[in-house]
Amino acid sequence: MPAFVWALPPLALLGLVFLYPLALVVQQSVRPDSGGTSLQPYADVFGSAAFRDALGTTVWLAVGATVGCLVLGFTLALVIAFVPFPGGKAVARFIDVFLSFPSFLVTLALLFVYGTKGMANGLWTDATGSTGDGPFQFLTTPWGVLLAEITYFTPFVMRPLLAAFSQLDTAQLEVASSLGARPARIVRRVILPEALPALAAGGSLVLVMCLNEFGIVLFTGAKGVTTLPTLVYGKAMLESDYPAACVVAVVNIAISVGLYGLYRVVSRRAGA
Amino acid sequence: MNSGIRFDSVTVTYGGHDGHTALDALDLTVEPGEVMALLGPSGSGKTTALRAVAGFVRPASGRVFIGDRDVTALPPHRRGIGMVVQQYALFPHLRVDENVAFGLKAQKVPKADVPGRVADALELVGMGAYAKRYPRELSGGQQQRVAIARALAIRPGVLLLDEPLSALDAQLRSGMLAELARLHRELPDVSILYVTHDQVEALTLADRIAVMDRARLQDCGTPQELYRRPRTEFTASFVGNANLLPVAVGEGSVSLGGAELKVATDGVAAGAAATLCVRPHLVGLGPGPNALTGRVTEVQWRGATHRLFVEVGGQVVKADVRELRQPPLLGEEVVLHFAPEDGVLLAAGVRGG
Repeated sequence: MPAFVWALPPLALLGLVFLYPLALVVQQSVRPDSGGTSLQPYADVFGSAAFRDALGTTVWLAVGATVGCLVLGFTLALVIAFVPFPGGKAVARFIDVFLSFPSFLVTLALLFVYGTKGMANGLWTDATGSTGDGPFQFLTTPWGVLLAEITYFTPFVMRPLLAAFSQLDTAQLEVASSLGARPARIVRRVILPEALPALAAGGSLVLVMCLNEFGIVLFTGAKGVTTLPTLVYGKAMLESDYPAACVVAVVNIAISVGLYGLYRVVSRRAGA
Repeated sequence: MNSGIRFDSVTVTYGGHDGHTALDALDLTVEPGEVMALLGPSGSGKTTALRAVAGFVRPASGRVFIGDRDVTALPPHRRGIGMVVQQYALFPHLRVDENVAFGLKAQKVPKADVPGRVADALELVGMGAYAKRYPRELSGGQQQRVAIARALAIRPGVLLLDEPLSALDAQLRSGMLAELARLHRELPDVSILYVTHDQVEALTLADRIAVMDRARLQDCGTPQELYRRPRTEFTASFVGNANLLPVAVGEGSVSLGGAELKVATDGVAAGAAATLCVRPHLVGLGPGPNALTGRVTEVQWRGATHRLFVEVGGQVVKADVRELRQPPLLGEEVVLHFAPEDGVLLAAGVRGG
């Protein structure tokens, strides 16, 4: 039996469950309801304010969440890896468990704490005796989505960082401090440069996941926040406008794949 | 610059209160400009002593001085120490010159002075031509030279070397030994604490050797003193090779098996048990003073020498003799001898420990 035969089952599976539906989506996006094949759905969607708003919101939320995750993740990973404290190992283990949580769980938890009827607002109304709503209403704004995404995705940055830090030769840190470097300089000049590949890997992963995040946006109940995935949902399920939904989906896929390609090019340059 | 290192009863323990004692009440002074080797097997506390000077371990008790400054409570970055470790620990993302400049920038040396001092330091170790390379493009020996230049660029009063040659192969090691000796001649004011388990490195480089074992200082003296007149069995066996033979002490002589041997017995009471230390290369084959007769149990040919193992009165005596055309056969009876002044008597009760 020739070797290429072994390539057939995975190719068939990939084609059936992934490539064929993808092709259907692309095909549907150029079949307007009026019949025939045209790029009219693209023109309609690109021309609509709703799409441009959603695109803008998606990109700034994803970029903002990624930056937040990188800063928070780097800081937390530094503490866990280099500051000995009791229970440090347990915390590192918990990071792994956290990765397996569904994203809506974090959002739900935030709702319990900061939601309109959540604990924080409850404490406020109890304390002041006011009958109106509490002061914490940000959860239904884009900031709530940002907070939820940062909370949920930060461990995805920490995992590769902790792995990178465990590879770091502690003798380098000791020599650096004996040469007169304070901790801040050691972090900037020794640890950060060696953590860059891990930061790039974690950051690009989080960026792509944020671009495609659906559950968090839906669960925060932020009605004014529309991202590309929720726009696809709205067009397809609520308006039954399949060509428009497929156009948005194609744009979403193109952005994800494009970013992934960019990441591969950048990481190869950095590795060379 | 005021240099020199003083350990004042320094004790280091790991793992809390009744943890394991890594260094037990070390008293030791390294004079300004002196090379002090800390020699001992692994786990003897020598690296812990070095780390206490660098500031990476906090002594449970005792003080550490650099010059006349008490540095016990100072963080590492305020101690002004040059340090070189076994695995070089160069910063992999920085070029050679940036590695050397690291300490200068950390110590806020004026920007205009940095390139000159980097060039000087690299010139000192003969790496001037490699300034723009990355560490991964250099051999182990070259990386270690850069690490030494990086440590010297900040002009430290104290240089700590932690097994600096252990990662190099034998030939490179002997070259680097000569290089380190030359560096020390060019920088006579720098005190050097040199941690090693290799007696050759210690004998070659050190002005004095501190022999460590089981967290304690066992012996301290010049290489000649420790080699020719060791005070303990541990020193005798760790600094060079030694025959350590249990003997009974008489008046101006000792007896081993049935043989009477003339050696200096000052300080050891007649009738006591003691250990006689004789270096194998000072034992000769054939009749002579202090003759010992025994049977050959093993012969090892080592190129330039033969090592004979001869059983004398139940003890095995090693003799390193110039290569023999006709080495004795196993089981053959031979006569060994040594000069009275080559035997050192170690009183009982001074076993290492």
